[in-house]
Amino acid sequence: MGLRGDAAVVGIAELKHERKYTGPRKFTIEQWADLAHMALADAGLTIADVNGLICSDVRETGMFAPATVVEYLGRPVNFAERIDLGGASAIGMIWRAAAAIELGACDVVLCALPSLPIPSNPHPRTVDPRRYFGASSIEWGSPQAEFDVPYGNLAQNCGYAMIAQRYAAEHEYDSRAMAKLVAQQRVNGARNPNAAFFGQPVTEAEVLASKLIADPLRMLEIVMPVAGGGAVVVASREVAKRCRHRPAWVAGFGEHLTIKTPTYAADLLETPVGPASKQAFAMARVRPSDVDVAEIYDCYTITVLLTIEDAGFCGKGEGMRFIREHDLTIDGDFPLNTHGGQLGMGQAGLAGGMTQAVEAVRQIMGRAGDRQLERCDLAYVSGTGGVMSEQSALILQGE
Amino acid sequence: MDLSKPLPTPTPTSAPFWDGLNDGVVRLQRCNACGGWIFYPRSRCSHCLSDDIEWHEVSGAATLHTFTIARQPTAPQFADEVPQILAVVELEEGVRMTSTLVRVTEKAIEIGMQLEPYFDRVADGVTLLRFAPR
Ligand SMILES: [Zn+2]
Repeated sequence: MGLRGDAAVVGIAELKHERKYTGPRKFTIEQWADLAHMALADAGLTIADVNGLICSDVRETGMFAPATVVEYLGRPVNFAERIDLGGASAIGMIWRAAAAIELGACDVVLCALPSLPIPSNPHPRTVDPRRYFGASSIEWGSPQAEFDVPYGNLAQNCGYAMIAQRYAAEHEYDSRAMAKLVAQQRVNGARNPNAAFFGQPVTEAEVLASKLIADPLRMLEIVMPVAGGGAVVVASREVAKRCRHRPAWVAGFGEHLTIKTPTYAADLLETPVGPASKQAFAMARVRPSDVDVAEIYDCYTITVLLTIEDAGFCGKGEGMRFIREHDLTIDGDFPLNTHGGQLGMGQAGLAGGMTQAVEAVRQIMGRAGDRQLERCDLAYVSGTGGVMSEQSALILQGE
Repeated sequence: MDLSKPLPTPTPTSAPFWDGLNDGVVRLQRCNACGGWIFYPRSRCSHCLSDDIEWHEVSGAATLHTFTIARQPTAPQFADEVPQILAVVELEEGVRMTSTLVRVTEKAIEIGMQLEPYFDRVADGVTLLRFAPR
């Protein structure tokens, strides 16, 4: 089962992530065109080469999102879809693109996640009830609207916090290790000009002194919303040969969905990234100890902790010790989120998960500038959507 | 912005649950085909997809599976409840529910603690199922 490894990420685009965006506001389809142009130019391809496309939400339309983008770009395709996997969307796009390419449905697929503010509507609309609380539905008939939202269990912080509290009850919880994780990622982020926290490292003490938001999570352990956006071009082996950079081959992937609200998870601490990673490593015929870099989805510190464990970088309950014992910076023995992660970049909506994939590709292509690892031929990337609801894993390989 | 609290609107499937809370009893569905307890209410069993399911009155006795204390409101509509003591409780029957804890001090909260139901009439004909230390 699995990919042959005959599709690769050949081009990337990433906007500077900014807390206070001051540039021009653009519609999603306009941002799509910008990101497509950037990513194709990066690969050394043009829109004429494209015959596949994967999008997520397009703010200008409720339905037929892919057709809307395809029409706007003026380029017919053989393969298109809209993906709805939150922070797991970027990896979801990349593996679907690779699969479609290997099946022969297409050979160049654009995947973009625009996340800049759109222009303010001169005719403001009432809020769609399905979006009133963001990802938390209050639509009649939605189990979440009926059994979770009325108690105030909505948005993301409290769900992740409750997972962390359960971890504390079953295993060792070390706030200092969590603070070290943040501080080391911010060291990396401080070296990334695209990061919202470029040039702004923090100390462990500052993390521990930051405001308690939902026990045990503190403000600096939680991503900051920013404006941004990212895209990749996935192409066949044939096309990759004529591209400008060293291809990042899609060697393995996994995806696993369990719940929307963690209350209903069979086990709060057995996260979906476990089975997803197991599949990805098996498909790529590599082990966790083989990877040169881990770009792990980091909406919260607890997500990274559980991913380190469930992906198999250490055993269950050993994550805190792993974080204490390893240097997670670019120069360390376990380079983690070399771009700063989203804790260092800021989280640009769904594009947050794209930063992890883009950085892995950059490292494999050897284009990470002063963040470049000495050796990077194998990268592990993870994505997380919802509240540990749906997770994905990707193995990218340089040849 | 509408600052009234979002309240549950029962569905034809879930109405017996909410009616029970209004009467001060906890009702759960159980599957006759596989014996599994089901929560939240469904039209088919969440273990085996059978539609042979029946309502049962249960004690509501539970243990605290996990919790958090939201120091900032999870939405502006809940600002008056801060600090919100959000909880996942596990009923004797094994199903888990989202709830909040009442009649408890922060220091006394411990995962695994024994809980009993607290029927909170929040609006005319709407009772939420909160939990208090047993
Ligand atoms: Zn059943």
